[in-house]
Amino acid sequence: MNHLFRELAPISDAAWQEIEKEARRTLKTTLAARKLADFVGPLGWGASAVGTGRCTSAVAPASGAVEARLRKVLPMVELRVPFEMRRSELDAVDRGAKDPDTDPIIAAAREIAIAEDRAIFHGYPAAGISGICEGRPDTAVQIDDNYASYPDYVATALNRLRDAGVDGPFAIALSERCYTGLTEATVSGYPVLEHLRRLLDGPLVWAPGLEGAVVLSLRGEDFELTVGQDFSIGYLDHDAERVRLYIEESFTFWLQSPQAAVPLVFPDAAGQA
Amino acid sequence: MAGETLHEEREELGPDILDRHRAISTIMEELEAIDWYDQRIKASSNAELQTVLLHNRNEEKEHCSMLVEWLRRHDDEFNSHLKTYLFSQGPIREVTASASASPAGSDGSLSIGSLKG
Repeated sequence: MNHLFRELAPISDAAWQEIEKEARRTLKTTLAARKLADFVGPLGWGASAVGTGRCTSAVAPASGAVEARLRKVLPMVELRVPFEMRRSELDAVDRGAKDPDTDPIIAAAREIAIAEDRAIFHGYPAAGISGICEGRPDTAVQIDDNYASYPDYVATALNRLRDAGVDGPFAIALSERCYTGLTEATVSGYPVLEHLRRLLDGPLVWAPGLEGAVVLSLRGEDFELTVGQDFSIGYLDHDAERVRLYIEESFTFWLQSPQAAVPLVFPDAAGQA
Repeated sequence: MAGETLHEEREELGPDILDRHRAISTIMEELEAIDWYDQRIKASSNAELQTVLLHNRNEEKEHCSMLVEWLRRHDDEFNSHLKTYLFSQGPIREVTASASASPAGSDGSLSIGSLKG
């Protein structure tokens, strides 16, 4: 048994499989940064930090000629979302139910996926993470709800990337607001979303954890996500009615080339920055 | 290619099997070379020759590793077993038991990993 204590949960193998299937499905749909960033790991629950190759001066422990330097690291942050499953629904799985109530696991998986993306795209100072959209705010392209103009905005972002010496392939991540707006927009009957696809040689990614949008390079070695423990489901406790579980991961993110991304920001978001 | 090691008519095998045959045959040759180098390094009393043979043998190991990776990418069954056993810890026989454990007894990871590409 490991630290997740899954063996203590009153859950059959079939119910575990149902829980994991729903969690995987939601995570794979919702996670956006993992579709764009380099991935390292999983290094395991025991991994605590990623070395950055940098250090700072530190006070030496003894006087004399001793010099001291302190290594700078990116610590792993643990994210956890607890949720409850009704035991009657888990029992129903064993009887062959194909429609068990898995809303709690779907909600928890969506919440933790958005949290990971939020940290990667917009930063997470408490965990020492600089976000992809934060690296070069000076290059940001202002956007609005006029979705017919998005090909121009994206072309501007691509020019800024090339001006910075950044090669493709290029991709775009779109917030729910942008994605929905673009899905509905057409110019002379031609879908604007298709126009964007033709400008980019990489994927167009739905990113519910993102505000605005971001055009970025997929050439590699610019954005590195390091995972300690990949998303896992653990056990907390139970009573006669419910089982309390949680979904958890540990990770850090290293923004190695801030110039490899150009954020597309709404004016209200720019005002907050 | 080493057509003499084919056990069926070449025309019936198709390009995928023939490519795998090329990879497997080469892995066999690399492993045989490593074995020969091991013996010659041990037997030689000339330090400089030993150094050269050692260098050559280690290159064969690199070649072999690259081919194993190629084979893994082109053989789902190999891929599955290599994922189970490579870089595992503890007694190798127990790795199988752990890999086939019930969901409750698994390590709990949802194995999402990278979604890039």
